[in-house]
Amino acid sequence: MEARRRLVSGTTFRCVARALHVPIMFVSVRPLSCLPSGTLVQPAIAKQQQHAPYLTYKKNFWQGRANMCTASRTTLDLSEMKKFQSLANRWWNEQGEFAALHSMNDLRVPFIRDNLLNRNGHLKPGSPLSGYKILDVGCGGGLLSEPLGRLGGLVTGIDPLEDSIRTAELHKSFDPVLNNQIHYRSCLLEDITEEAAETFDAVVASEVVEHVNDLDTFINSCYKVLKPGASLFITTINKTNLSFSLAIVVAESLLKIVPSGTHDWDKFVNPVDLERILETNGFYVESINGMCYNPLTGTWSWIESTAVNYAVHAVKQKAQPESEFTETTTEEHRDQTRTSTRTSV
Amino acid sequence: MITFDKENLEDEMGYVVENDVVLAALTKQLDEVSDQVKVQYRSRAVRYTWPLPYQTAESNPWVQVELASGQQLQTKLLIGADGPNSMVRKAAGMQTVQWNYEQSAVVAVLHLSEPTENNVAWQRFLPTGPIALLPLSDSASSLVWSTTHQHAKDLLALDDESFVDAINSAFWSNENHSELIDTAGAMFRSALSLLMPSGTSPRQLPPSISRIGPKSKAIFPLGLGHASEYIRHRVALIGDAAHRVHPLAGQGVNLGFGDVACLTRHLSQAAFDGRDLGATRHLLEYETERQRHNLPMMAAIDILKRLYSTKMAPFVLLRTLGLQATSAVPPLKVSCGCV
Repeated sequence: MEARRRLVSGTTFRCVARALHVPIMFVSVRPLSCLPSGTLVQPAIAKQQQHAPYLTYKKNFWQGRANMCTASRTTLDLSEMKKFQSLANRWWNEQGEFAALHSMNDLRVPFIRDNLLNRNGHLKPGSPLSGYKILDVGCGGGLLSEPLGRLGGLVTGIDPLEDSIRTAELHKSFDPVLNNQIHYRSCLLEDITEEAAETFDAVVASEVVEHVNDLDTFINSCYKVLKPGASLFITTINKTNLSFSLAIVVAESLLKIVPSGTHDWDKFVNPVDLERILETNGFYVESINGMCYNPLTGTWSWIESTAVNYAVHAVKQKAQPESEFTETTTEEHRDQTRTSTRTSV
Repeated sequence: MITFDKENLEDEMGYVVENDVVLAALTKQLDEVSDQVKVQYRSRAVRYTWPLPYQTAESNPWVQVELASGQQLQTKLLIGADGPNSMVRKAAGMQTVQWNYEQSAVVAVLHLSEPTENNVAWQRFLPTGPIALLPLSDSASSLVWSTTHQHAKDLLALDDESFVDAINSAFWSNENHSELIDTAGAMFRSALSLLMPSGTSPRQLPPSISRIGPKSKAIFPLGLGHASEYIRHRVALIGDAAHRVHPLAGQGVNLGFGDVACLTRHLSQAAFDGRDLGATRHLLEYETERQRHNLPMMAAIDILKRLYSTKMAPFVLLRTLGLQATSAVPPLKVSCGCV
């Protein structure tokens, strides 16, 4: 079912997809239902699952046959890239297409800053995030990378779209301080998981997970690049009827707050599923908060309900000693984790 | 006559601080943060280059300032604090609502005839304009006399003794009062004392002056000015560059201090949120907050000035009775005093 939704047709796409797949072919695709939540998952290199369709896909890939479903191996969705291509040089127009993202900084920057400081302390006056290595995945034009850099963080911004990276580079180049704090690179997260294994104090994936193809792989890659005990920040859109009517119908067609076609409702993730994926991949969820955009004032605010937009702060679990879990113990642990992570500000 | 004093209000009414003292304190503070703040004395800006509203690969997105010495500076945020004839404001093309009052103010330092507990500020509204005595120490007060251009020039030309005589008679003489108004005023006062027997504080008399401080006389023209915009992208105006008022209420520099406090607060918050300091959003919040505070104050001062400039009987009666009523009604007095 899922694979059919991700059909990518055309020879050009297949060639590009194959070229990008090389580092990812070792990651296996696990059906989530087999794993109890709360288990620490080792990113397995060759754990074969007895799940027939995926084996067929792997076989076809190795035979070099263009296979439409190989696109599911990467988190990159080329159709998503195309949506942002034409807008690449309009990132920094604060009243333009990305106005809502600019004003979302009022929520996301304090969210990241305060959660990092709460966990780790050491506030240096004038430069609260100094010493933190932060990865901004899907940075686009650098809208979120720049404030984090100004706060003292050493930011690496990555985005698959070269034009966006070029825009971001140009925008930061005039400020000599920012120029040294932020580095941009046009690549995928999966491309840097090996060279950047366990290097970052924080990974920020803001308004990204609703555009990726394979969320599990994405979260897994985030896990790989984070230091143990480090934080992952995600902001995304819930998959509800309300989010369809507000985030797609109203925002795109009626009020034109967001360029038409930006979001695909099928790709929205609800917080429960996201939490499950996070826990499966070795994170525990510290907090989930709902966000709300007021189109009249152009400002965002925190709300109780996660029905449309929400933000998640997850922490990579530190390594635990190996132990045997019995079935009952695991279920108890899962219940406990569920109740304790239901926090909201 | 209306008295604002401590019994009706919680703390001191205010403080009178000489400009030199303020400058000395500021210089001391600046020395303490000399690694973060660099002051270039004896410099003057001659040209400003504003950034384009959109960014291109060639243009500089920051404000560029050229000094008289030829040095070029560039900045994320330019704060214009260059007084009522602000070059920043003119160069940025910000519209200003302004008019002259056809008055000049004469300022001087005066020495009192005898040292007293000098903690009262006096202001008397003459037909030509208000004269004010602000206490500096037990034996000295500061003079601010707003009057017509011609009279101000004459005062400046007087020798010290005649100047002192002019000041004393300005405070004490009653030659401009009309009998009608005086009678009406006296009747109203007795009516009020019947209604509100709480009474007023013991009546003090303004001090008399003996001599002026040497070389302390100065003159400057008065007017009202208000910039319709305090901010642009990467530019902010504070103090007299943004607004200019009549000294009759002693509020000019206070409005400026308020601007500084407000702008500092907004910039600190913006910096803590990682925002570009020259971004319009928080600058607009500063502008809105200050305009909401400054405009009513400026309007009130202008109205008072016009009210006390006229000799027409109805207005004189209105202001005499109005002043007494305000003096007698405590809540009204407190709200006037707190503003």
